[in-house]
Amino acid sequence: MIPGSFDYVRPKTLSEAVSLLGKNPEAKILAGGHSLIPMMRFRMATPSMLIDINQLSELAYIKEDGDWLRIGSMTREADVDRSELVRKRYPLLADTARVVADPLVRNLATLGGNIAHADPANDHPATMLAYGAQVVATGPKGERTMGISDFFRGAFETALAPAEILTEIRIPRAQARSGGAYFKLERKVGDYATAAVAVQLSLDGSGKVASAGIGLTNVGLTPIFARAASDSLEGKKPDDGAIAEAAKLASEAAEPVEDYRGSEEYKRHLVRTLTNRALVSALKRAEANTGGAS
Amino acid sequence: MSTHKISLKLNGESHTRDVESRLLLVHLIREDLNLTGTHIGCDTTSCGACTVILNGRPVKSCTVFAVQADGAEITTVEGLAQNGNLHPIQEGFMEKHGLQCGYCTPGMMMTSVALLKENPSPTEEEIRWGISGNLCRCTGYVNIVKAVQYAAAKMKGESNG
Amino acid sequence: MVECRGLGHSVRRKEDPRFIRGKGHYVDDIKLPGMLYLDIVRSPYAHAKIVKIDPSKALATPGVAAVVTGKDLDKYGLAWMPTLMSDKQMVLPIDTVKYQAQEVAAVVATSRYAAADGVAVVEVEYDPLPVVVDPFKALEKGATKVRDDKESNHIWHWETGDKAKTDKAFKDAEVVVEQKLHIPRIHVASIETCGCVASWEPIEGKLTMYMTTQAPHAIRTVIALVAGHLGLSEERIRVISPDIGGGFGGKVPVYPGYVIAIAASVLTGKPVKWIEDRSENLQADSFARDYHIDAALAAKKDGTLQALRIKTIADHGYTDAAANPSKFPAGLFHVATGSYDFKSAHMEVDGVYTNKPPGGIAYRCSFRVTEAVHTIERMADIMAHEIGMDPAEFRMKNFIAPERFPYTSALGWEYDSGNYGKALRLAMDMIGYEDLRKEQKKKREKGELMGIGISSFTEIVGAGPSKTFDILGIKMFDSCEIRVHPTGKAIARFGTKSQGQGHETTYAQILAEELGIPPEHIQVEEGDTDTAPYGLGTYASRSTPVAGAAAAIAARKVRDKARKIAAHLLEAAEEDLEWERGKFFVKGTPLRAKTIQEIAFAAYTNHPQGMEAGLEAVDYYDPPNLTFPFGSYIAVVDIDRGTGQVHVRRFVAVDDCGVRINPMIVEGQVHGGLTMGMAPAFLEEIAYDENGNIRGGNFMEYLLPTAVETPKWETGETVTPSPHHPIGAKGVGESATVGAPPAFVNAVVDALWHLGVRHMEIPITPARVWQVLKEKGAALEL
Repeated sequence: MIPGSFDYVRPKTLSEAVSLLGKNPEAKILAGGHSLIPMMRFRMATPSMLIDINQLSELAYIKEDGDWLRIGSMTREADVDRSELVRKRYPLLADTARVVADPLVRNLATLGGNIAHADPANDHPATMLAYGAQVVATGPKGERTMGISDFFRGAFETALAPAEILTEIRIPRAQARSGGAYFKLERKVGDYATAAVAVQLSLDGSGKVASAGIGLTNVGLTPIFARAASDSLEGKKPDDGAIAEAAKLASEAAEPVEDYRGSEEYKRHLVRTLTNRALVSALKRAEANTGGAS
Repeated sequence: MSTHKISLKLNGESHTRDVESRLLLVHLIREDLNLTGTHIGCDTTSCGACTVILNGRPVKSCTVFAVQADGAEITTVEGLAQNGNLHPIQEGFMEKHGLQCGYCTPGMMMTSVALLKENPSPTEEEIRWGISGNLCRCTGYVNIVKAVQYAAAKMKGESNG
Repeated sequence: MVECRGLGHSVRRKEDPRFIRGKGHYVDDIKLPGMLYLDIVRSPYAHAKIVKIDPSKALATPGVAAVVTGKDLDKYGLAWMPTLMSDKQMVLPIDTVKYQAQEVAAVVATSRYAAADGVAVVEVEYDPLPVVVDPFKALEKGATKVRDDKESNHIWHWETGDKAKTDKAFKDAEVVVEQKLHIPRIHVASIETCGCVASWEPIEGKLTMYMTTQAPHAIRTVIALVAGHLGLSEERIRVISPDIGGGFGGKVPVYPGYVIAIAASVLTGKPVKWIEDRSENLQADSFARDYHIDAALAAKKDGTLQALRIKTIADHGYTDAAANPSKFPAGLFHVATGSYDFKSAHMEVDGVYTNKPPGGIAYRCSFRVTEAVHTIERMADIMAHEIGMDPAEFRMKNFIAPERFPYTSALGWEYDSGNYGKALRLAMDMIGYEDLRKEQKKKREKGELMGIGISSFTEIVGAGPSKTFDILGIKMFDSCEIRVHPTGKAIARFGTKSQGQGHETTYAQILAEELGIPPEHIQVEEGDTDTAPYGLGTYASRSTPVAGAAAAIAARKVRDKARKIAAHLLEAAEEDLEWERGKFFVKGTPLRAKTIQEIAFAAYTNHPQGMEAGLEAVDYYDPPNLTFPFGSYIAVVDIDRGTGQVHVRRFVAVDDCGVRINPMIVEGQVHGGLTMGMAPAFLEEIAYDENGNIRGGNFMEYLLPTAVETPKWETGETVTPSPHHPIGAKGVGESATVGAPPAFVNAVVDALWHLGVRHMEIPITPARVWQVLKEKGAALEL
């Protein structure tokens, strides 16, 4: 309930934050804090120092720029949820932000934190895999851009170097005839997903799938990119048969562990059902997306 | 262990304190500033009894350090009534029996106030979704929804009247 | 002129103004000069010898004043204390811990944070022992003993009913259904946890104990019994129960933290505050349920019920600390014949020790009535489905008919009044039952899973008549003391203690009805043992039946004296006066009248010679019987074949609690109770692995419903007064928690019956539903 003691610093700039992190390997970044502080209150996390980056307002933004939707890592989940731009053109992202934890947590929790913390139960990682996103980190050697596909290394483990801070998330800019959806089954608001599926797809002029990405939440030690499932859709007409096949492949890609949310078999099945439903929804949205100005 | 001087505005009043970096905001409010209307109901950031409005947004004050609130503006339940006049949400809770033991109520009202600011005409679904970070054991939520609807109607009436 | 709104009015609550301003006065809001803080070191093991406790690092922690162990308390005879069932429990262990999260040592410090720091560095060495978690295995020969002071893990055997008659009825029965049910352990988890501020004042030699307690007087007496030898005699103990953030039974037991805080305060001469964390609350405080039930129903082919047989294993944890009336170790479980007319019944319960926290009834259950109703309503539904009879028709056929009341059940309860068919019919009309059955038939043809579940429950509350009810020997009366002031206002104090039920308003309404003083002018107080008359507190829905009756009787005593004063003022004979609420008038000349306010003034300024001044009365009410609220609930569910999720489409609750004092408050109790009935049906469970490790020990694992999971409750009512209660009221606080769970289970099983499913255990999780669907070939991937 009561955390142990720690030093607290509030850097005024990003480079100051990076420098502090480099000098203090036992320090942790304090962003939204809603994963870190609960662990500290149980004394399961005992960082010697917290580097508070909440006042680095330059890290909070949502904007389309060139080929990307660029989101600053300190953007609050509530702001992603509320963004007209995101709701209209990036429905998979909007769906995901909406179901992270609960509405109060979303007022402080950040998109960057959800990704950098790399809890296999977190929602955004699977979504980023489905999008084929990129992340940008800033460290002592400057900025580094990474593809999301090899960003998640293990449970709570990412490709971030020790003194790097995640600063931006990039999602490929929405094209016409693209759409996505996030389907999460949780026992109640605020629980982690029993399983969740993120789907992003785009259609070509003839109505066939041009590209598809399917990401799975909380059915493995890391978020899972269902490669075979995603590939199976490309070039195909997304009819019931193709969707069912992709859903089956997605469930085979899952590596769930039995726990009090359900058995391995149940979770695998859930992935199949949710992938099916997410694909149907994503398809509807893609078909309705005529690519008008946001 | 580090101590920090923080200044913040609480219910319109300025305060300056020296605090340990680990001091939780909810304890600053309850113990140092003696405003015990904000309550503690759990230790996993689950129940929302500690909800306050921090820089315009409802947050769980048990999961924020006081030092993070340096320079912030905070409203707690004690700051809802203005010049002795109850806020419509407070009237709504009383009128519609939206409270029984009263323990979740301050947090529930703070969330509701922020909800109505952002969405002055919420549907029932939107209200239930909006308060899903606040747990209540007594009321079964039915009358809490009615209380928020009462406040919404009153606030719209006032702005038209 | 303030209108006098008594019974039947939805008077807005008098207690609300402080709560909505954040000016409630809960235990953790209390700050006393020099106050110290208590925090507790807890065992990670479910069963272990304590080899060594090393407090040195804790004592060296800044702010820590003391570390208290069982050996320290033992010097004062405080290491053990009696439970409310006359078993014994540890305050702090001397050498062995018996459940995970058990209190092992306590740290007293100058701040909450220092106390936590101290707890983090107390070093305890344990020698783990074999763990007993399965109550069936606990009863086997050679099982590890949980208790060193006992012969075995068997606590008691209790039975009731006519075994021979019941056995014969089963032998001769045309249809028999049998079912095992486990009602798992759950925790009441009120949003405020438990806590206290123990303040020993050494010069006066007085202990003031601010405490989250639903029964302040009983606690005072228990403290005097347990710690009297330390100078804490009863007149030197004041228990103050301030505002309580939800009780539901969880704030009845005496937890070790309270006793340690008292000891620490006496030892240090300073106030000591103890407030438990949520995790501590869930892991160590009194649980509810954990009954393993084996039930059977015997009936005729035409559906007429004949006999009921129940065998139960009751898992009590390491000591029997359930707060039952002493003659009923299984509480009021033998109301399990329910709303039906059984010719015979027999029930036996065996209590068992296991390495788990103690308790059994702390969750709005009215002393095991949740278990009883769950059993009978599930069995009724299984029987109905088994013989192919509509479950509503089956119930109507077997209900105790209205003209049979007062009705003595086959297990010995005299039900005061009831009209079960009326309530069920109303619920059916409200939900459109016949149309729903038609819809279900169509849906079933399409492979859609829709279910309708009924629960027609009879509750039993208002403990209880002195002949059979006591707790630790103290009879279960309750009390009201009312004093009317010269200006016609009044103060009334009660032996009960509201934790959100609205007593400050409802009691005032009863008194308003009897006396004609508006409820706004009646100050209601509870919870301070220095001023309130002795009572047994608020739990098991007993306040309205017992203290509410005391209020009415006390008010009538006041009215009797008021009549004498009125006669004196009006210069008339007492028998020539008539009472119309709020005034006495001379028969035939209504203008010759005196209001209660005028009479009150006269009680101090112009009372008859030879009469004592003042206008007050006290009543200690010994209820002649329990009361029997009842109702019918109907749930409609749709099951998602792709995910196993159960969507509650509608839920109608018709309650009959007799005369309704404040309809708004009654409805609020029903809404809250339904939510606490839905939660165990779908979400809540406390479980242990084979090493006694808890699952469900914090709010991430123990799932309380939010507004999103909670259905939009629809309520209705019938009113069948209690013939023996002074105002005909029965109580309602727990009805919905008792009645709701089987309605949900019945609905789910009803949806799946045609697939060959006849029972599901709670909580009915999506994973469990899907498992069943899969086994029956009904799961989908869409």
